[in-house]
Amino acid sequence: MYKITINNITHDIDAPADMPLLWVIRDIVKLKGTKYGCGKALCGACTVHIDGKAVRSCSIPISAANNQKITTIEGLSKNNNHPLQIAWRKENVPQCGYCQSGQIMSAAALLESNKNPNDTDIDNAMSGNLCRCGTYLRIRKAIKTAAKIGEQS
Amino acid sequence: MRKEILDTLYPNRVHEPYTISRRHFLKISAVAGGGLLLSTRVFSKADVQSEDTDFLANAFVKIEKDNTTTITIAKSEMGQGVRTSLALLIAEELDLDWKAVKIKQAVNNPKKYGRQGTGGSGSVRDNWLPLRESAGKLRQVLLQAASKIFNQSVNNLKTENGKVIDSKGNSLSYGELAKDAAKLIPPDTVTLKSAKDFKLIGKEHTGVDVDDIVCGKAKYGIDSAPENCVYAVVARTPEFGATIDSFDATECKKVKGVLKVFQIQAVAAPVNTKHGVVVIANNTWSAMQGKSLLKINWKSGNHASESSEDYRKTMLENVSKPGIELVNKQGDPDAVLKSSQSVISATYEVPFIAHSTMEPMNCTALFDGENIKIWAPTQFPNWAASSVAGATRVSEDKIELYVTLMGGGFGRRINPDVVTEAALIAKELPNQAVQVFWSREDDIQNDFYRPPAVHRFDATLDQDGNPHAFRHRLSTPAINATLGPALNAGRGEADGTANMLYRCPNRSSEYTMLISGVYRGWWRAVHTTHGTFALECFMDELAEKAGEDELDYRLNLIDEYTMEYPAQSEKFPIQNERLKGVLKEVEKISNWKNPKLPKGHAYGVACAIDHLSYCAEVVEVSIEKDQPVIHNVYVAVDCGPVVNPNGARAQLEGGVHQALSVALGEKITIKDGKVQQSNFHDYQLLRINQAPKNIKISFVQTDTHPTGLGEPSVPPLAPALANALYKLTGQRIRTLPINLG
Repeated sequence: MYKITINNITHDIDAPADMPLLWVIRDIVKLKGTKYGCGKALCGACTVHIDGKAVRSCSIPISAANNQKITTIEGLSKNNNHPLQIAWRKENVPQCGYCQSGQIMSAAALLESNKNPNDTDIDNAMSGNLCRCGTYLRIRKAIKTAAKIGEQS
Repeated sequence: MRKEILDTLYPNRVHEPYTISRRHFLKISAVAGGGLLLSTRVFSKADVQSEDTDFLANAFVKIEKDNTTTITIAKSEMGQGVRTSLALLIAEELDLDWKAVKIKQAVNNPKKYGRQGTGGSGSVRDNWLPLRESAGKLRQVLLQAASKIFNQSVNNLKTENGKVIDSKGNSLSYGELAKDAAKLIPPDTVTLKSAKDFKLIGKEHTGVDVDDIVCGKAKYGIDSAPENCVYAVVARTPEFGATIDSFDATECKKVKGVLKVFQIQAVAAPVNTKHGVVVIANNTWSAMQGKSLLKINWKSGNHASESSEDYRKTMLENVSKPGIELVNKQGDPDAVLKSSQSVISATYEVPFIAHSTMEPMNCTALFDGENIKIWAPTQFPNWAASSVAGATRVSEDKIELYVTLMGGGFGRRINPDVVTEAALIAKELPNQAVQVFWSREDDIQNDFYRPPAVHRFDATLDQDGNPHAFRHRLSTPAINATLGPALNAGRGEADGTANMLYRCPNRSSEYTMLISGVYRGWWRAVHTTHGTFALECFMDELAEKAGEDELDYRLNLIDEYTMEYPAQSEKFPIQNERLKGVLKEVEKISNWKNPKLPKGHAYGVACAIDHLSYCAEVVEVSIEKDQPVIHNVYVAVDCGPVVNPNGARAQLEGGVHQALSVALGEKITIKDGKVQQSNFHDYQLLRINQAPKNIKISFVQTDTHPTGLGEPSVPPLAPALANALYKLTGQRIRTLPINLG
């Protein structure tokens, strides 16, 4: 049995020690906003926060996440009004949208450590997140827009 | 079904912009609670004549008493924004309050919704008139109903934000009028708004699903399984054409959570599922763990010795001699080439590429002993359902298929293999919903790949430097041959090359099919992804020989289409002025003639007609550490009127990114009949640090019927990039992906 806190709710998890956090979140806790993309930390679709740090949930076994505080896209903000969510709407970033939970979670961790990232900072922080539809230019723009919104609030 | 699929995907088979021609195809009926439902069936002329029930487009608009307005979209959403753009067409002509419109996804029902297949960049093209006409007629009916209540002539009434307003400013919502309107007969004809009166079309709109997406609420196929479902993972034959000799599941069954293991048989072409061993578990992870412990003895089939290396050798040999299929010919290029002392020849090669949608393939199904319920991220629900019916022997009227959002499509979700396999698995587990999950490895290794291709050109120039003879030879494993025997496959495969617009008195296009056991399928822009790369790189080689500016050289050669085959669409004839128009526009926005580029930067240009739209691109590139760095991409496109410029730009940006990804790194190779790549470490997609610094887009809006937008920005990118790199390296790039090392 493991204990994890997801979006401020604590769950007792009965799962094999090697089950990745991703599948605990999706199949056991049934939160579907975090996506599977590759299973090998190559694409970033499964990005969540552990204690505010962006991690690939597909490559962290539940045993390593025990007693940790996890935030998923569903818990990023109270009213879906995180500056990134506002900016993502404003810049109309998503196309298919499947990778965007992971993109937003990676971007949120970036903005935590760098309030005003430039294109190079953004490329460095976001190059682990694949988007097949080609929204990269809008992601760059939206992160900067979010940084501005963050400054104002 | 095969005709329907090809009619949807190949726009030169489109012979008319669809319209509503007869009143009885439009139906307004009352719904419970005092609302109304508008439904239409839009037949093509041929279908009406044959009284076929296979109709083409549809509109479903429901207005409830409280004015809640729901538009049902029967095309599949994969990120191209179809749920937004089609709904906008209706909202515009009906004067709805756009912010209050609700969007509903149609279930599979070709009898009710018509042809639901989504591909070939055709959704807006095919629905532009019918949806607006239907909405316009409904608006007329609502005006008539209001006219009786207000006791005023229709001419004194106007519509706005879902309301009819009279000359004194009194208003009634459509919902309040719905009950009366439902009793009226819609008019035969309606005058559509002219473009200057558009309030929604041509304006910037955020996608209707964006709100859900940024909150993690959007439900894709992988999120759509019922609560109590079980999960299936399939070990499919790794070698094309192989079968299963025997398997041992002892260790697999020891995994906690594994519930059942069984074998499934392949379904033959055109469905093309593979033989496999299915592991059922109560969670995805256990199913994957179980699969990794299976011991399977595969039995090799007919394709065990096939390899990309051998394919390449055969295709190169094929283009070294006359093609088996003569796609088209005018004049006598062979004679001119034979007698010439200065033939310019070049051969271009591209590999297999995968779709790699970010949401891997998946499908959920439930068989209750009689009916099958399916939740599928599919581009072609009609084909999927008919394939399920064929494979499971459950009749189509007992198959309920819900179309989910798709985490990307790009053509992969046209094929019915994923849905058919899921239904066959569900049939083994009555009364138990099962989600068939494809790992990334499963997805990359069991794709329907964009075929490899070898193009060879042989040309001569006249004394003015213009092409005098131009012979094109192409070899590919044709996509259509994956569905079954394919006649005249070269006409599809040579799209973009055989029907090029460059003037030449002696020209031909020849095709020879490569036999391969690898499944091939449609990919974003598909044939032009390789044909335009080859042709537009070769045009630069000819321009250099002629001593001309590459852009001017093209402009001077673009001329009337004179070839008999491939036949062009009657209602969407190729217009050379529009191709010239986008070239001139890209020349302007890139400042082509005087660009003042930093040292070490270069421009390249290319253009193409794809899915009836016209696109030209200029790429600005430099080289750092043997890698191309893309600074600016200029895109000029003519797709007729643009419904949602924001979404339209997104599509063009997306095409540029995806084409760049292919140009820089995507390659599937075959060895011993097996796919060698498995995940994003060895099948590398474009990352944000490789993306262009900037993309500038300009729409050349011709006053005509809208055409495809999802695909046309793909084909010019790779040749424009290769042509730019040549200026920096002096080496022609004739193979994708580009390797400067």
